[in-house]
Amino acid sequence: MMNAIKKLGMLALLMSMPMLAAASEAGVHLDKAPVNLGDNASLQRGAKFFAANCLTCHAASYMRYNRLADIGMSEEDIKQLLPEGSKLGSTMQASMDPGSAKLAFGVSPPDLSVIARARGQDWLYTYMRSFYADSKRPSGANNLLFPGVGMPNIFAPFQGERELHVENHEGHETGKLVETTPGSMKPAEFDATIVDVTNYLVYMGDPSSLVRHKIGYIVLGFLLFLFILVFALKKEIWKDIH
Amino acid sequence: MELLKKLVGWIDERLPIIDAMKAHVTEYYAPKNFNFWYFFGSLALLVFVIQIVSGIFLTMSYKPDAQLAFGAVEYIMRDVQGGWLLRYIHSTGASMFFVVLYLHMFRGIMYGSYKQPRELLWIIGMILYLALMAEAFMGYLLPWGQMSFWGAQVITNLFSTVPFVGTDLAILIRGDFVISEATLNRFFALHVAAIPLIVVGIVVVHILALHKVGSNNPDGIEIKKHKDANGHPLDGIPFHPYYTVKDSLGAVAFLFIFCAIIFFAPDMGGYFLEYNNFVPANPFKTPEHIAPVWYFTPYYAILRAVPPMFGSQFPGVVAMGVGTVIFFFLPWLDRGKVKSIRYRGTIYKAFLASFVISFVGLGILGTLPATELYTLISRVLSVVYFAFFLLMPWYTKIDKTKPEPDRVTSK
Repeated sequence: MMNAIKKLGMLALLMSMPMLAAASEAGVHLDKAPVNLGDNASLQRGAKFFAANCLTCHAASYMRYNRLADIGMSEEDIKQLLPEGSKLGSTMQASMDPGSAKLAFGVSPPDLSVIARARGQDWLYTYMRSFYADSKRPSGANNLLFPGVGMPNIFAPFQGERELHVENHEGHETGKLVETTPGSMKPAEFDATIVDVTNYLVYMGDPSSLVRHKIGYIVLGFLLFLFILVFALKKEIWKDIH
Repeated sequence: MELLKKLVGWIDERLPIIDAMKAHVTEYYAPKNFNFWYFFGSLALLVFVIQIVSGIFLTMSYKPDAQLAFGAVEYIMRDVQGGWLLRYIHSTGASMFFVVLYLHMFRGIMYGSYKQPRELLWIIGMILYLALMAEAFMGYLLPWGQMSFWGAQVITNLFSTVPFVGTDLAILIRGDFVISEATLNRFFALHVAAIPLIVVGIVVVHILALHKVGSNNPDGIEIKKHKDANGHPLDGIPFHPYYTVKDSLGAVAFLFIFCAIIFFAPDMGGYFLEYNNFVPANPFKTPEHIAPVWYFTPYYAILRAVPPMFGSQFPGVVAMGVGTVIFFFLPWLDRGKVKSIRYRGTIYKAFLASFVISFVGLGILGTLPATELYTLISRVLSVVYFAFFLLMPWYTKIDKTKPEPDRVTSK
């Protein structure tokens, strides 16, 4: 009997394989973000970059500054990031007011609190490294992953200016970004910075993930122990049933 | 001890607690040969309790207000003590409820538990299933993300395809011309009060009906046919302590999986918590791809598989509705002489296997965008799905069954 069920399950699984494979094929290539939520130094660098750059236009209105203690920042460290008029318990608001941001960019810059959960870490990591100069855009910049994006290339001072070169390989057009003027960071250094920012965005998307895993091991350990106890109890009670 | 006995005696003279305990727990005789598939009934009850308790605490911090709802969920996730745990318990519980329900229903089909004398038990269970689908659907609107909003928009629009009364019906459900705060408020009320109350009532009726006719078992034979001198079934054992302890074991194993999801993968790769639902609802921006949560996708795939007729989507809606309601008729569609799959013939097994494949396949297709190829596969699988039910009177009748044993067999 169990055999028949297993066969049935296998068959269902096999049937669904091609559909699953087809589902994952679509879409552009995303670079894998080497996110590590255990790396407090990286998270802190990410938080500082985020506060200094992203919070100019974007808000993270569900994230409180004092929450940054989670990633090992002291009260003094956090106060350094606080904009004027904000308290330790304030949420992260954009310096620019949303109305003028909409006028300037054509769209309101999205709130970034849970952006990592909506877009995924690999998408963010790739997106922030895919800007290039495009004179046809009002902002003077475009993005390979997000064509026609409203956001200007704020990464240019660090990464340098880049241009899109389209190469034609036997009818296959591939876009390649080529550096025209260098920025203040070397390519590897810039990628590492974006890893930090992505890391921070992932943490901010769900701050519970820092404690969740630790508690999770304890809970699962307890349940395993409980299982053994209940298993022994069941064996004892059922020993006369044949 | 003496005092406790006196107290119990005092209560029992006024409320039949000892009789009830005997009838439903200590002297309720269940077949001794329950296997793995018999865990899911008690697990469904466990998940229901988990949902009620976690839901009550979530309600304390949630705000059913279009301006505040999305933020309220993030407030729970970040600022409420243990809020993230409550929220993940509740969101994981919703999906796990359907995992458990589908396995519970499959058990019922596999062992013919809907057949005489358990027809009404099956129907009550199906009503529960429909009530829980409504409960889950309305709960999904509450986080007020893009998928909440547009998923609800798509589903409520289905009602507007009903001829003559459709538009009014959809407005009645939404309380507005589109999904709006009015919808959010009424769905909240229905989700936290009305439907849970109904579900509690039907659960009680489901269990009462079960204890009247007695549980089926993997052999599909009646244990009440052979009784000992005391009138207890020879192949039955008292629910307590035997099945209380066995179900506890199942519950611990289930909680292990449940907690592994909560603590390590609460969004389950976008299936339990859809990624797009982390974008606040925006009535002016339709997402490119709208997919309901996984437990509705088999029916969604059936809906999309049916082409519009006379310029109306109504036939698809009917197919989807019939796809859910058709389970009600199983007791009368099945003409087989045996209940359990163990003693059924090859034809039945082949039909059941193809039904499982069609259900899982449609479930997967329902999460994907409707391309030409996928629509074609959906159509084929929809036909297979309905063939299982509609051809049942025929194939269960001609199927060569094996003789049932007189007494239950051990695995």
